Amino acid sequence: MTPPEPYLGAANHTPVRHHILSVLVENKAGVLARIAGLFARRGFNIYSLAVAPAEGNARFSRVTIVVDAESAPLEQIVGQLNKLINVVEITDLAPKDATERELLLATLSVENDRRAVLDVVANAGASIIDVNATSVTVMLAGPPSACDQLEKALESFSEVALQRTGRVALPRLEQTVSA
Amino acid sequence: MVQLTGAQALIKSLEQEGVDTIFGLPGGAILPVYDPILDSSIRHILVRHEQGAGHMAEGYALATGRPGVAMVTSGPGATNIVTPIGNAHMDSTPLVVITGQVATASIGSDAFQECDITGITMGITKHNFLIQSAHEIPRVVASAFYLATTGRPGPVLIDLPKDISQSMMEWWYPTTIEELDLPGYHPEIAIDDDAVARAVELIGASERPVLYVGGGTLKSRAHMELLAFAERTKMPVVTTLMARGAFPDSHDQHLGMPGMHGMYSAVTALQKADLLISLGARFDDRVTGQISSFAAGAKIIHVDIDRAEFNKVRQADVMLQTNVVAALNALEAAKATPQNLDVWWKEIHTWQERYPLAYDEPATDGPLRPQHVIEAIAAKAAPGTIVTSGVGQHQMWASQHWKFEEPGTWVNSGGAGTMGFGVPAAIGAKVGRPDRTVWCIDGDGCFQMTAQELVTARAEGIPIKVAILNNAYLGMVRQWQEMFYEERYSEVYLSADLPDYVKWAEAMGCVGLRARTLKEMHEVIEQANLINDVPVVIDFRTDSEEKVFPMVAAGDSNDNIMVHPSLRGDAR
Repeated sequence: MTPPEPYLGAANHTPVRHHILSVLVENKAGVLARIAGLFARRGFNIYSLAVAPAEGNARFSRVTIVVDAESAPLEQIVGQLNKLINVVEITDLAPKDATERELLLATLSVENDRRAVLDVVANAGASIIDVNATSVTVMLAGPPSACDQLEKALESFSEVALQRTGRVALPRLEQTVSA
Repeated sequence: MVQLTGAQALIKSLEQEGVDTIFGLPGGAILPVYDPILDSSIRHILVRHEQGAGHMAEGYALATGRPGVAMVTSGPGATNIVTPIGNAHMDSTPLVVITGQVATASIGSDAFQECDITGITMGITKHNFLIQSAHEIPRVVASAFYLATTGRPGPVLIDLPKDISQSMMEWWYPTTIEELDLPGYHPEIAIDDDAVARAVELIGASERPVLYVGGGTLKSRAHMELLAFAERTKMPVVTTLMARGAFPDSHDQHLGMPGMHGMYSAVTALQKADLLISLGARFDDRVTGQISSFAAGAKIIHVDIDRAEFNKVRQADVMLQTNVVAALNALEAAKATPQNLDVWWKEIHTWQERYPLAYDEPATDGPLRPQHVIEAIAAKAAPGTIVTSGVGQHQMWASQHWKFEEPGTWVNSGGAGTMGFGVPAAIGAKVGRPDRTVWCIDGDGCFQMTAQELVTARAEGIPIKVAILNNAYLGMVRQWQEMFYEERYSEVYLSADLPDYVKWAEAMGCVGLRARTLKEMHEVIEQANLINDVPVVIDFRTDSEEKVFPMVAAGDSNDNIMVHPSLRGDAR
């Protein structure tokens, strides 16, 4: 199975070489600006970025950055990032070595084609988390490729709002072969 | 327990770090900190412009190897010191800069003299701090000095809100690295034995090696190790603009400076080498010229404390992440030895003989030749004299024609190319090394940018000597317009007589001298050398058309180096 590629929208069909950097940072004011500023001034591209407190420790946050390894060699990106004093640890995950998940939320109008919307949601394994007479909010937590597919499938509907979190990732578990 | 104000704690912390001098200028937000300075042993040098404070701190650091300290107020005080911070960042100079900030409660309200200096300097500091409480002042100061001086050195900024400098704290001071609480900073790196073994192998196979010595060699104080390694292996040495003084210019194995205005032999040896051992150098575009044709046949052993320098510009064959001392010690311990270098040296000697540094004989009644002026000053200068410069033609001539014999004697702005660096840097160098003579070789354009600091020098009793190579032009730009823009001179003429440099010097309390002829040149140098209580400024009237050679045009291959016209004609 080929690794999932991030969906870049209809305008960009070029294949991309992305990498996931899981970056443990000190939870200090301005740390995100330091990371964003570094990427901007060195001309490195970010596809997505997710931040949350790390491992229940208020001192640290984990920043998951999907970087474009075409815009600059990964070695440069990691090397420069590592020079930020507030960056504690960088784990570089190649897509094939990572388990990636992303969350997608979408609010759709269901006034005309309620049935069709519900079919798509069911097929994608998404769930309905909010509903009223005219709209429904659906959620999918899954591999980025699944989110890509759902996003595409929802294009034909009158979409009110769609939001994705950017991915988070952990190293894929090693599989031991039993003798 | 001793109770101190934040301001007192800051000054006491600086004392703990062994600071003997602060270059600064007070203002509203930093006002509380200026009170305890009166009770401190630290000398404060009151500058006339905050940029001067920053460059003085840099000059101090480059001449002594100790971190320079500058202190200014918030808003425009802080933005005025951004240029020196950027300059120090480019040249990896250890600097601690303290800025006042508006009170914590006012931050973000566009208060009077507020600016987001930590935001502004994020990209040009090694790290910066916005202090949140008086209690953390000792830790932040200790961290700032630790960060500025270890690993790859650089500038660190501390932003101190006024209410915090006025609030009380219980005095303490960190005694261990752990207390600094820098979980992401690990400057000590274990040497990679495999990489050393591969380096030894590459050296062993090499017939045309060159030691490519950069500023990191000076930063890690590796000059003795370099001398020993170079002499044992008999390898030729080149020292970049940032490394002048790391290897004696008088040494037979020294080919001089490489790069855009480098010695023909140094540039060409790099081009023809089969191995470059890069010691704390970063393959700057001013050294490599067109990167694709730079040292095309050479393997690269890249020694750097900063791993982000590896493969940034040029792919390395061996990467050795450590300081230059440790790297040279490891190579020495392994007795890394190249092949017999007789053929290589024979080739290098031909280049040296055919293309030495050259300039035309000056006419007796002027104008003076800038290169000749520098050599005349050097001839009468005490050993160990420190030379600073601004940026441009005069800088290149100073680097080419002065003979540097020891570290810390060449103080200049390399990566950033900051005009106006010379005068304040000379003041800082003289404060740090009062036993040394300090000459600033300056240009007329540079001098006009920061000359007001000579008032500081006179007021504080800092007797530097300034040689203005006055060619009435922004000379380097003029040179490019002459050579590459069909002599269409655009906005480069400054006039030799406006300002009147002698009167200006005198107005600032300095001795002002002028030389137009060879006789006057020798006389004023003699006079300047006799003065050791006040600053001296000499207006040397030099030839406007004089150009810096050798030269590699920007972006061109180093193979196309242009030598002085008097040396052309025979085949290169």
